[in-house]
Amino acid sequence: MKIAYDEMYVADGSVREHYRSYANWLQSTPDSVIARKREEADMAFHRVGITFAMYGEDAGQERLIPFDIVPRIIPAHEWQRLADGLLQRVRALNAFLHDIYHDQEIIKAGRIPAKQILENSQFRKEMVGVAVPEQIYAHIAGVDLVRADNGDKLGEYYVLEDNLRTPSGVSYMLENRKMMMRLFPELFARNAIAPVEHYPDLLLNNLRSVAPAGISNPNVVVLTPGQFNSAYFEHAFLAQQMGVELVDGNDLFVRGETVFMRTTQGPQRVDVIYRRIDDDFLDPLAFRKDSMLGVPGLFSAYCAGNVTLANAVGTGIADDKAIYMHVPEMIRFYCGEEPILSNVPTWELSKPKDREYVLAHLQELVVKEVHGSGGYGMLVGPTSTADEIAIFRDKILAAPEKYIAQPTLSLSTCPTYVESGVAPRHIDLRPYVLSGKEITMVPGGLTRVALKEGSLVVNSSQGGGTKDTWVLEN
Amino acid sequence: MLSSTADHLYWKARSMERAENTARMLDVTYRMSLLNQAVDEPHHEWRAMLSISGLHEDFEARYTEPSAENVMHFMALDEKNPGSIYNSIFSARENARAIRGTITSEMWEALNQTWLEMRRIHTEGIAEDGVSRFFEWVKERSHLSRGIAHGTLLRDDTFRFLRLGTFFERADNTARILDVKYHILLPSLNDVGGAADYYQWGALLRSVSAFESYRKVYHDLLTPKRVAELLILRPDMPRSLTACMNEVNRLIQEINGPRSSELLRRCGMLHGALRYGSIEDIFTHGLHEYLSDFLERIYELGDLINTTYFWSADE
Repeated sequence: MKIAYDEMYVADGSVREHYRSYANWLQSTPDSVIARKREEADMAFHRVGITFAMYGEDAGQERLIPFDIVPRIIPAHEWQRLADGLLQRVRALNAFLHDIYHDQEIIKAGRIPAKQILENSQFRKEMVGVAVPEQIYAHIAGVDLVRADNGDKLGEYYVLEDNLRTPSGVSYMLENRKMMMRLFPELFARNAIAPVEHYPDLLLNNLRSVAPAGISNPNVVVLTPGQFNSAYFEHAFLAQQMGVELVDGNDLFVRGETVFMRTTQGPQRVDVIYRRIDDDFLDPLAFRKDSMLGVPGLFSAYCAGNVTLANAVGTGIADDKAIYMHVPEMIRFYCGEEPILSNVPTWELSKPKDREYVLAHLQELVVKEVHGSGGYGMLVGPTSTADEIAIFRDKILAAPEKYIAQPTLSLSTCPTYVESGVAPRHIDLRPYVLSGKEITMVPGGLTRVALKEGSLVVNSSQGGGTKDTWVLEN
Repeated sequence: MLSSTADHLYWKARSMERAENTARMLDVTYRMSLLNQAVDEPHHEWRAMLSISGLHEDFEARYTEPSAENVMHFMALDEKNPGSIYNSIFSARENARAIRGTITSEMWEALNQTWLEMRRIHTEGIAEDGVSRFFEWVKERSHLSRGIAHGTLLRDDTFRFLRLGTFFERADNTARILDVKYHILLPSLNDVGGAADYYQWGALLRSVSAFESYRKVYHDLLTPKRVAELLILRPDMPRSLTACMNEVNRLIQEINGPRSSELLRRCGMLHGALRYGSIEDIFTHGLHEYLSDFLERIYELGDLINTTYFWSADE
């Protein structure tokens, strides 16, 4: 595979302008100091208990997500373009969600085939005609960006995925920044790094701005599946940072199409629920009957307009991989603008021509399941064996409509501490966009890094780590 | 405050206090066993300790004899014993984890550290010469936990439910620790007032950090009646039943709430009986009987706290 775009170094080995100050510091800092700081970071994360619960064979274990001390740095002008592109994209996605659950203009206009939306399992018929405050559905969006060379465009940013259901990871963005400031205060004095610490304030404001009409001092809560959920730390963290209650399904009940929480002083009304539970599990009366996590009657209270759910029910249709390729068209349709950020070229395996091409080029491509999540149901051609490819070929032929394919992007790399020293490792970026009465974001996001040499899978469930992300202010 | 949060706070504090008191109880038993080498009935003290903890059945099902080593392991490290120090610290940490957003980060970090250290001790075991050090460690971690809460928490219901758990558990445990003496003494009542008796009361006082206070208050010989008075009726003695119930009663009044009238009434009665009680009456009634009765009332009160604040069927 050809050498990937590196965030810090130009191909000739010189340091990129925006990394120069950091590189000088790194070079002049003795290895022993770095080693001590890395140890300190490990201990601190452990003590604070920023852990991540594992599924599968290590079930029940708590693990640390490895934290790397070399930051990912984004220069100001680059960020400005990213931010513009992200806000534009999320505006269009919210407009799309409102449209398909109401007048379905985009289908009538023939821009997206009706079948792809209406027959998609992520389309929630229950949401048709349901009014939501400010017509906002994806209040919190975590958009995955990657960067790769594309012909003569070096280090081009691509949107890989729009996460519009319950995107996680923002607590790591905040904790990583806190850790970096604790370990290397001098770096923050030497570089103008845009702050991200006010994210919880923005989030709370955003949630309050979408409270049901007529509520002057809305009661916001964070709804978690419980302490054994892999992202429980984040749920607790965000509730604490916002100064609101963290609740699970048992803390809530519905009476008279109104949601209450059980308190030591009796029932108290709940107006906005930042829920970190999937649609399916929200309400056993409306969705999955076997759900032990949800609140019976919640959906009826929601439809009656007495409580706001963030994100709304039914956002999964807009971040589905089958819909992804239509996002640029949504931007043109709803915003009347050309998309600022690029999509990764995508083949639909349900189309015979696309399928033919993909099956002939499986070794070069990434094939993804349309309703899969988190890197489990995918084939990364270049790093797979002939057997693995053969097995996947059979899966595709059995149900081609379940898959899409994309070129294997050689994700950009960033110098990272590994056992053998500092080496380039592939990274991605997840910024968070908040939509309510206004649309806002903090300058930064979560940078994830694939710690295994050559690996392109950055998911924390598959051995990925994280880095602090610096957006420079000048 | 969320009922479930109050529940976790209360049990977090109770579990940590229980770990501390179990260490204290093991400590006093250990000291007494060193003094009392009764040949006719070996392991007498350890048997007594198990029965007042209400854990003797579980112990007998899994251990051969109540030797110092066995009971110590059972009460300190046994992960199958829900009342072991290991499990109390685990439970304190798990309860805290569930509400880590409600308590201060210092509180959580210290408790998490305690748990990580407990896990290490559990793996490595406690050396024979490390027994006292282990008890000291447990007490210190409990002091630290309470101290951080005291020094960092806003004085709202979070603080009150923690305190409620602490004093409730402590009342229960002080009553049990006093009762250890009864169980141990019973077969040798003729020793009352003897040297062994003196050392045993002394050990008991030390186990609740009350030896110096006794001296200060009474300037006199150790007598059972005075020790009992100190640990039951003195409001200025921080581990006495009266001191604990003073706190519990005050906290329940401060927390209040729409369902609390029966709790207030019952708590007030128990508090009043202590506040206006006399040691003569208690001894006439019988110390052991008095303590058993107190423990039963505390148990009922615990149930009532549960239904008043944490759980109710009508919602």
